[in-house]
Formats: sequence, C-alpha cells, structure tokens
Amino acid sequence: MKTLFRLTNIRIISQVVFLGLFLFVVWASWTTRIQGFPVSRFLEIDLLVALSTALSTGHIYRFLGWSVLLLLLTLLFGRVFCNWMCPLGTLNQFFGWLFNIRSVKERQDQNRYQPRQTIKYSILFILLILAASGTLQVGLLDPIALLHRSMSSGLSVVWDSLISSTSFTQLQLAPGTAERIFTSSFWIGLVFVIIIVINIWYPRFFCRTLCPLGALLGVLSLFPVFRIHRDVELCTDCGLCLSRCEGGCSPEGSLRLSECVVCMNCIDECPENALSFSLPPQKATPVRPAPDINRRHFVFAGLIGLIGFPLIRSNGKVNDANYSPLMIRPPGSLAEAEFLKKCIKCAQCIRVCPTNVLQPAGLQEGGIEALWTPVLNFNVGHCQQKCSLCSSVCPTGAIREISVTEKLGFGEFKKEGPIRLGTAFINRSRCLPWANEIPCIVCQEVCPIAPKAIQTYDEEVKDTFGNLVVLNKPFIIPDLCTGCGICQKECPVSDKPAAYVTAVGESRSQERRLLLRYRTNPEES
Amino acid sequence: MPTTFNRREFLKRIAFASTICGSAAYVAWAPEDYPFSLKDFTGDRSKPEPSQFTLPDYSVELPAGIPEIGIGRDMTTEGRLTKALDAIGGLTRFVQPGDVVLLKPNVAFDRSPELGATTSPELIEVLIRRLLIDCRAQEVRVTDNPIESPADCFAKTGIKAAVEKAGGRVLLPDGNAFRHLHTPGAELIKSWPCFYRPLIGVTKVIGVAPVKDHNLSGASMGIKNWYGLLGGRRNQFHQDIHTIIADLSIMIKPTLTILDGSRILMRNGPTGGDPAYVKSWDVLLAGTDQVAMDAWAFVNLLQRDESKLPQYLYLAEKKGAGKIDTANRILEIS
Repeated sequence: MKTLFRLTNIRIISQVVFLGLFLFVVWASWTTRIQGFPVSRFLEIDLLVALSTALSTGHIYRFLGWSVLLLLLTLLFGRVFCNWMCPLGTLNQFFGWLFNIRSVKERQDQNRYQPRQTIKYSILFILLILAASGTLQVGLLDPIALLHRSMSSGLSVVWDSLISSTSFTQLQLAPGTAERIFTSSFWIGLVFVIIIVINIWYPRFFCRTLCPLGALLGVLSLFPVFRIHRDVELCTDCGLCLSRCEGGCSPEGSLRLSECVVCMNCIDECPENALSFSLPPQKATPVRPAPDINRRHFVFAGLIGLIGFPLIRSNGKVNDANYSPLMIRPPGSLAEAEFLKKCIKCAQCIRVCPTNVLQPAGLQEGGIEALWTPVLNFNVGHCQQKCSLCSSVCPTGAIREISVTEKLGFGEFKKEGPIRLGTAFINRSRCLPWANEIPCIVCQEVCPIAPKAIQTYDEEVKDTFGNLVVLNKPFIIPDLCTGCGICQKECPVSDKPAAYVTAVGESRSQERRLLLRYRTNPEES
Repeated sequence: MPTTFNRREFLKRIAFASTICGSAAYVAWAPEDYPFSLKDFTGDRSKPEPSQFTLPDYSVELPAGIPEIGIGRDMTTEGRLTKALDAIGGLTRFVQPGDVVLLKPNVAFDRSPELGATTSPELIEVLIRRLLIDCRAQEVRVTDNPIESPADCFAKTGIKAAVEKAGGRVLLPDGNAFRHLHTPGAELIKSWPCFYRPLIGVTKVIGVAPVKDHNLSGASMGIKNWYGLLGGRRNQFHQDIHTIIADLSIMIKPTLTILDGSRILMRNGPTGGDPAYVKSWDVLLAGTDQVAMDAWAFVNLLQRDESKLPQYLYLAEKKGAGKIDTANRILEIS
C-alpha cells in the first residue's frame, strides 16, 4: 500500500521547485527583466565555489558566504543538495528515469557501488590544489556553473530559435535581438548533451563519478545527524533497495555515507520497512563513512595538481609578456592573474550581456586555462556605455561590481578616468577613406565618447577615376578611447575590421598600459 | 521476414527495386516543367528568390488652403504639440478612428533623453495619448532598429516606459523580423532588408525625430530617421550618405512627420554624450513635407548657414520628395 505523503514525493516537489527556480533565474537574467534580482544565488550557495575561491584568493566574495547554509544542511542531513536541490542532479535523475526500461535485476546491478565512483574525489583534490596554486578550474565540472554555462551559451540559442517562430516572445531568453552568437556553443552544448545522454547506459554517471561538488559534499557528510538507517533484524537481504538507488551507495550492506544522495528511494522500495531516514539509534548499523580512497590516490592526484599549474600557465597568456590582443575582459575585471583566481566560467556575465559582445573564450585567447572565460568579441557586439550588468551578476568578483558612473569615469571617478577595456586602432590599409578614397567614417559617427575618441581630418583628393572627393579620414585619440569596440562592430570592412580594438591600454593592469599620461585628462593616472 | 525465397518473392523484390529506382529517376531526370520534377540542370531553379514587399502610401490628402508645416512654440511639450498640429488642421485630420498607427522615433543609442541623441519620451507619451484618445486609433505601435542593444536602447532612453504608460506597444527587432523592401526610384536601396513585422496591418505612419548634428551628412532630422526602419549592412550607407538619405526620403511616404526641437544636439553628433552639446528650446514642427521641414530645422534650429544646406536635401527635392523652399507653406503659432 503506497501512501501519497512519502518522503520521495516531497523530494520530487523540492526538485521541481528548485529546477523551476533555476530556469526562472536563467530567464530573468536579461537586461529588461533583471531589475536587481539576485540571479546568481545558485552559484553563491555553491560550497565548492566558496571554498575554491577562498583557497585561491584568501577571501570570500560578497554573497558567497551564503554557502554556509549548504554546509549546515550537509552536516545535518548528508548530500541532500545533490538529490533535492541541484538542478543538474534533477536533470540527470529525470533522464535516467526516462531512459530506464530495464528489469529490476539489471537495475540492481547498475546501482551497485562501483570503484570508479572514487574518481570524483581525485578530481576534487586536483581542482582544489590548482585553485590553491592560483588557477581556478572548478567551473569546468561544478554542476551549477556547468549548467548555467550550458544554458547561457549553449541551450539558450536552441530555445530562442525554437520560440522565435511562435508568438510567445516573452518566453525567449533574449527577446528583441537578432540571433545570438556564442563562439563555443557547440562544445559547451556537447559537454552538456554527453552528461545527459550518458545516463542511458550509466544512470547518474556525472553525479556518481565526476561531480566535484558531490565529492566535497560527500566528504562533509561523513558524520551526519540524520541518515539512512537499516534495521538488520527486519532486513531479508532481498536487495530491492538497490533497484532505484540514486547514489550507488550500497544501502543493502553497510551504507556508504559519502555516496548516499538521500533520495529516499530505498525506503520506498523496502517491502519489510527495514529502512528509515532518522537519527541513528544507539546501536546503529555499520556504515562505511570514508570513500574508498587511499593515500596513493591522494599522492597521484596531488602530483597532477602540482604539475598542472605550471603546465597550463606556461603559455604566457596570463603574464604581460605574451598576452593575446584578443584577451579583452569585461569592464571591472581584475588583472588577468587575479581574474583567473576567481572566474568560475559560469557564463552569467555572458548571459546578461545585452549586446552579445561577451563570448566564452576559445583556446586562442588564453589557452586551456582561460577556456570559456568571458572575453569581448567586437565583431559580434560592443560594450554599451550605460551598462554594468556583467559586473553586477558575477558571483565571485572576477568582475568587480562597478557602477555606470565608475565605468565612464564621471563624477567622483574623474580622477581614475573611465574603465578602459583596450584601445582602438585604425588599419589604414583596410580603411575605406585611407586605402580606397571612398567616404565612410561610420566609426567616427558611432563613437560614444564625448568628445569623440575618433576624429577626422578632411582632405580633398582625386580618386582612381579622377573624381574629386572630400574624404574625412579617421584617426584615434587613444587618450579618449575606452575600447568599447563599437567602431569595430560597425566598421563596414566587416570580416577583419579596419577599426579594431586590442587589449593594450586596458586599465585593469598597470603593465598593459599604453600611454604615459592622458593628455585630455592630466588628472587621470 | 519470409524464410523461403521463391519466384513470387523474387518478382516482388524486383518490382520493389524498380519502383524506387524508377521514381527516383523520374524526379531527378524528368524535364523541368513536368509535374514533381526536381531536375535542376543549370542550377537556376535552386537560386533563392528574394521575396520583396513594397510600402503603401501612408500620406493623407489635405484640403487646399491648409499649410503643410506647422510650428508650435510653447514651454510645455503638450502645448508645443497642440500648436504645431493645430496649424496644420489638427491630428484628427490625419488619423481616423480604427487606424493602426506606427510611430517611428529615433532610439538609435543607449542614451539618456537629456543628451539629445534620441527622441524625447515626453513627446512620445503625449502623442500616443492624443492618438488613442482624440483620434481613437485602434493601436499605436512604436518601433526602431537601434544601433545598440534594442531592449536597452528602448529602456534607457525612457521611450519604453513612456509608450507603456500611454498605452502603446513597443516592437523590438529580432532576426526574423526583416524582409526585403523594394523601393522604386531609389538608387542604392532598391531592395534592402526592412523591419517588416511592425508594418503588418499598419494604416498610418508617423515619424518622430530629434534634430541632431551629424558629422558626415551635416544633420540628422526627419528623413534620416527612416534609417531606423532598415536592417542589413547599414554601415555601408556612409559611402554615399547623401544619395542614401535621398533614397530614404522616397522610401516611405509617412502620414506625418514631427521634428522635436526641445533638445537640439548642436555638435558631436549623432551620439552626443555631454549635456553641454544640447540646446534646449521650445519648438516643435509637424508637417507633411519632410524636405522642407528638415531645411527649416537646419537653418532655424541647428542655426547653420542656409548656403550649407546638406546636399541630400537637394537630391531629395530632385526625386520629388518635397520642396526645400518653405515660403507660404508654413504657419507658426506661439
């Protein structure tokens, strides 16, 4: 006799609510909807983000302290986050359930504990060592960052293109824009699709085997106050508890606390009511708290972490000797080394960017270390003057929260000057007035700086066909240019624009400065 | 699957194979005018055919004796608009009950209204109220294809709030909203992607433009405002901006053009960026001859010399879009 008010039903409600909240937050992260709404809360309660940024920077940024809630929850109840709250866990469980057409026997075998489930602890250890060395890579596998990224720069494109042929524009993630472009969307989407599809063969493969957040919460749930308890007197060793076990945590024997995701399915399945979720009785059944990892695992993982850091840094993209001209960071970003200590590649900034200029970096901008971190691609968009959304949604402070006043260097920030993302240049061998004697100066027209950072001087010349034309030839005043990139975006030589912005002159780093002094604002230093 | 392979089975399979191959061969090789033929020997048939549309004439016949251009001078937006419209016979002459009206303000940049780079939201609000209440228009749509992010431009220029407050509807461009517009008589934009979706079902079109300095063409006023209905690679337009603006003057025949002289961007146009570049004034123009209005605004609002009138005005006059000379066609109420 099954009752309606089972723990598993409450769990499903909780999962639906949290998945719904997550999708709502993704939907609400749009310039006309956001209105100060805290859209990065899922990332801010992510304990792995807080721990790893604390290791890399020594500080806990802004709202990351809220992850204490998750810490408390885990210490009391074990890995409830994984199966009650985590939106990626919910998706994995849902698709595992959807594809599952196996017999009870097969399912029992599938849900038995596998030695490969210890891989996630090694992954966690490697990621934490890398973080402590100074490069934050948790975002590659952290489920919340991964899902945010997949939604923002992978699935949103798919969703919007499906919706755009209907009239439900309010459901679109980026309404009122032409097709959004995300340069790495295929790979980001592919990772997500693989994680989902692998559930066909190995249910919850990601959660059980790869998830570093799950590993961290697993380690923290070794001594929970509440846990699954098996009454040995009642148990007939039928093994039915395994048939829907989500964690692969051996509920039929001595429970592996670090693997149990508290899905409560075993309680449902047990025909003898031998299982319960409760305070352990005085004479508790034996459990295997610690994951099956030994010192050798730690040593190897530690070595990989230690070797990893110098290896991925050695391309010199972070220091100022070999940085890429394309590595243009959003306004408010910290200097590159500090930035990489904080960026979790969650793509929240990329999601909110109204002009689509923010793109997940490929390998050419910053190598493997900066993969999928935000960079500005001025062929796609430009950085709008009155906008600092990316800085306000960044959960870790890789992009420091700035106001529009600070960004533009107005008022009290006059002394600091505007935040410069780079400097614009004009390639005179591709510029229409310079190279071809054809009038143009779109770049000058759209330059939003007052007075304009692109000026022209007029020249009357005879063109190739002998006609007299008055040409306005554009030139850049680097003192005024903030590197917003609208000149590059609007340049009609559109494949390799004649007006283009490179990273030199960006104000986040003293070493990447271009000018000794700013002639238009001597105060600025 | 049949386990025995006999003569009947053999014939069946032969028939199956020949039917498939026969129909495939027909589809691929039948002459092009045969039914169901897909043959495309030259490649001509698979060339995409651009589907074009043309814009109807939105203008309204006016009885003789009424000036074509009205100028209103007043300290309030409401007053300016009333006076300018009264001079040309009132708004109800142009918009009848049941009309679907499209307003085309200039929302090209993500700027505060104070900077003079965009149409003033107060004017839009008053105008929409007039259209909905006085003229009993069925619907008022407001649209533009800005240079910066459309959602942001409409929000931060205050236009979106003004439109929604007054009861209109903002339509933003997206990738599917454009179709090629055919403009007979145009030199350079005979066929160009135009923001099509908001025009569906529209019976009246009103352009509401600010008066701005513009480096390359001299000034951006009523005619240049129609730039915002186009999509595609607009950044090529600067290679021959005067011909383009002259083309714009015949691309659409609006019901009415309104020039907002409350914040005039005197220099550093068309983006502005400093309130010091903006001159606040008390003038508003409403009328049906865009060429004359632009010429008047150039001389009297931007206060430039008449001999330096932008070349595109002469080109537009030659194309029959209007007449530069405003004598006897203008009525000023202050």
